[in-house]
Amino acid sequence: MNIRELEIIANNLRKDVISMIYHAKSGHPGGSLSCIEILTVLYHVVMDLSEDSKGNRIDRFILSKGHAAPAYYSVLSSKGFIPHEDLVTLRKVTSYLEGHPSNKINGVDCSSGSLGQGLSIANGIGLSKKISNESGYVYCLLGDGEIEEGQFYEALMTMNKYDISNVIFFIDNNNLQIDGKVSEIKPHLDLKNKIESFGIYTQVIDGHDFNEIISSIDYAKNSKKPSCIIANTIKGKGVSFMENQAAWHGKSLNEEQYMQAMKELGGI
Amino acid sequence: MKSTRKAYGEFLVEKGRQDKDIIVFDADLAMATCTNMFKQEFPDRHFDIGISEQDMVGTACGMAMSSKKVFASTFAMFMAGRAYEQIRNTAAYSHVNINLCATHAGLAVGEDGATHQCIEDIALMNVIPTMKIFSPADDISTKKILNICLKEDGPKYVRLGRSEVPTIYDNSYEFKLGGSHTFGTGKAGTIFATGNTLNIALEAKEVLENLGKDVRVVDLYSIKPIDKEAILKCAKETDILLTIEDHSIIGGIGSIVSDVLCTEYPKKLYKIGVKDKFGKSGSAKELYELYGLTKENIIDKFISFK
Repeated sequence: MNIRELEIIANNLRKDVISMIYHAKSGHPGGSLSCIEILTVLYHVVMDLSEDSKGNRIDRFILSKGHAAPAYYSVLSSKGFIPHEDLVTLRKVTSYLEGHPSNKINGVDCSSGSLGQGLSIANGIGLSKKISNESGYVYCLLGDGEIEEGQFYEALMTMNKYDISNVIFFIDNNNLQIDGKVSEIKPHLDLKNKIESFGIYTQVIDGHDFNEIISSIDYAKNSKKPSCIIANTIKGKGVSFMENQAAWHGKSLNEEQYMQAMKELGGI
Repeated sequence: MKSTRKAYGEFLVEKGRQDKDIIVFDADLAMATCTNMFKQEFPDRHFDIGISEQDMVGTACGMAMSSKKVFASTFAMFMAGRAYEQIRNTAAYSHVNINLCATHAGLAVGEDGATHQCIEDIALMNVIPTMKIFSPADDISTKKILNICLKEDGPKYVRLGRSEVPTIYDNSYEFKLGGSHTFGTGKAGTIFATGNTLNIALEAKEVLENLGKDVRVVDLYSIKPIDKEAILKCAKETDILLTIEDHSIIGGIGSIVSDVLCTEYPKKLYKIGVKDKFGKSGSAKELYELYGLTKENIIDKFISFK
C-alpha cells in the first residue's frame, strides 16, 4: 500500500471520527484525530490480523488511551470488523459501540478507558507469546497525559525485567490533556531519556508521517528489545479549529462546526 | 491443621505437574502466599512482578487473554484494595478467565495490624458484576474449590487465610459454584459461617447442643453466587439466624444473607463480624476474642436472640 492510499484511508477515518462524535453529541475528538496515522499504519500495513489455532490474533492491539475509541472503531470498521453504518450509533443506549472500548465489540482485544493500564495487559500477552514461542507482536497505544499514571512505570519495569521484546508501544505525544498542557499539569521532562532509562529502546518520530511510523516499527522489531515509539502529534489534527486546543479533548461539535470540519476533510 | 494458603500452594504444584498452561503471578509475597512452592518447581511459569499489584493484575490478565490458566496472588488488602480498579475494569469487564487468589484475608493476619487486615474484600468483590467469590474453610475445600475455578470461565476471587485451621472436610464432600454445606439438621437455629469462622461455628454448635439447643451450621463457601436455596430453607426451618465472619459486617456474608432474607423471606438476623472498625495488632486468637469472633460470643448471641 502506497503513501497516497494510506492518506486516503486516514482522511476517511478522520471523517468517521467527526461524524461519530457529532451524532453522539459527546466524545473525544482531539485525541482521536491525533492517533489516526498510527492506527492506519498498524491496521493497514503492519498487523497480521489472522488467528492462531486457539482463536487468538497473531498480532494484538491494546488501545490504552481508550478515549480514542472513535478512531479505534473507525479503523476496525475499515478492516471489516464493524459495519460502517453502525459507527454513527456510537454512545447510544441502543448501540454496542460503547463510549470507551469494550471487548464485546468485534475486533477489540481488551476493554479499556481507565488510563494507565494498557501496557501491563500488553506485557502479559507478550509474555504469553514469549513463553509459548508464538510469533506475532503486541502493539499498545498510550496517551502522553495517560502516562502520569504510576502503573505505566510499573509496566516499564516488568517489560525490562522479562525482556518483553514482542511488545511495541506508542505514546501519542500531543502535549495536551483535559486541564491544559501536559508540560504544565505534570511535566515529563525528557521523556525519551526517562523511558530509555528503564531499558526500553525508544525512538521519537513525527506521528503524522507514514514513512516514519512504518520505519520506526521496523527499527523496533530489529532492536530485539522492548520498544517505545514516542510519536509527536497534534491534538485535533486535520481540523483547523481543533488543532492544539485542549478544549477539544472531550466535546462534540455543533452543526456549523461539523459542516466546517467535514468541509476541511474534503466533504461529507 | 493447615492453612488454606498452604493448600493453595500444594494445589498449584499438583496442577502444574499435569498442565503446562498453569501460570502463576505474585507481587513479592511468594513465600507468604505459598506460590513459592510452584516457583521452586516451575521457575519458568512463575512471574514475580514485584511490589506493584496493579501491574501484576494487568499483566496476569494479559497472560490469561492468551488462553493460559492464570493464578495471581498477593495479600487480600493489596489484591482487592490496591488493584481494585484493574480487577473491575480489566478482569471483570473484559471477562478475563483469571483466578485471583488472595491470602492473608481478615483480622487473622494478626500482628501486622490494621493496614494489612483486609476486612472489606468480600464487599469490594461482591459488587463487581460477573465476579465469582469463594471462601474455603480448610485445606480439603480449598483444593476442591480451586478445581472448580479451573473449570469456571471468567474472573474468580478466592479468599485464603494466613493461619492454620483444622481440617473439617474429607475428600468425599463435593463442592460446587453457588453451593454450601449444612452441618446438622437442628431446628432451633442456624449459624452461617465462611472461611476461618466455620470451625468456630462448629465448636459453638457442639456447646449449644449440649445446652439442649439443636442448631445447624452452614458453610457459605461460595459467596457469589450465594446458595439462596440453602439460606431460605434454614430461614423457614429454624427460628434463630446468625452469621459469623472475619470481615466487616457491612458487605460481608451478614449483608449477603440479609439481602436474601429481606427480599424473599423477611426474618431477623444477627451479624457477628467486624463492626465498622479497623483491625489492630495482636495474635489472631487475641483479635478474634477482642472483636467477638468466638464460640462464646455465638453462644451468647444465640441464647439472647430475640
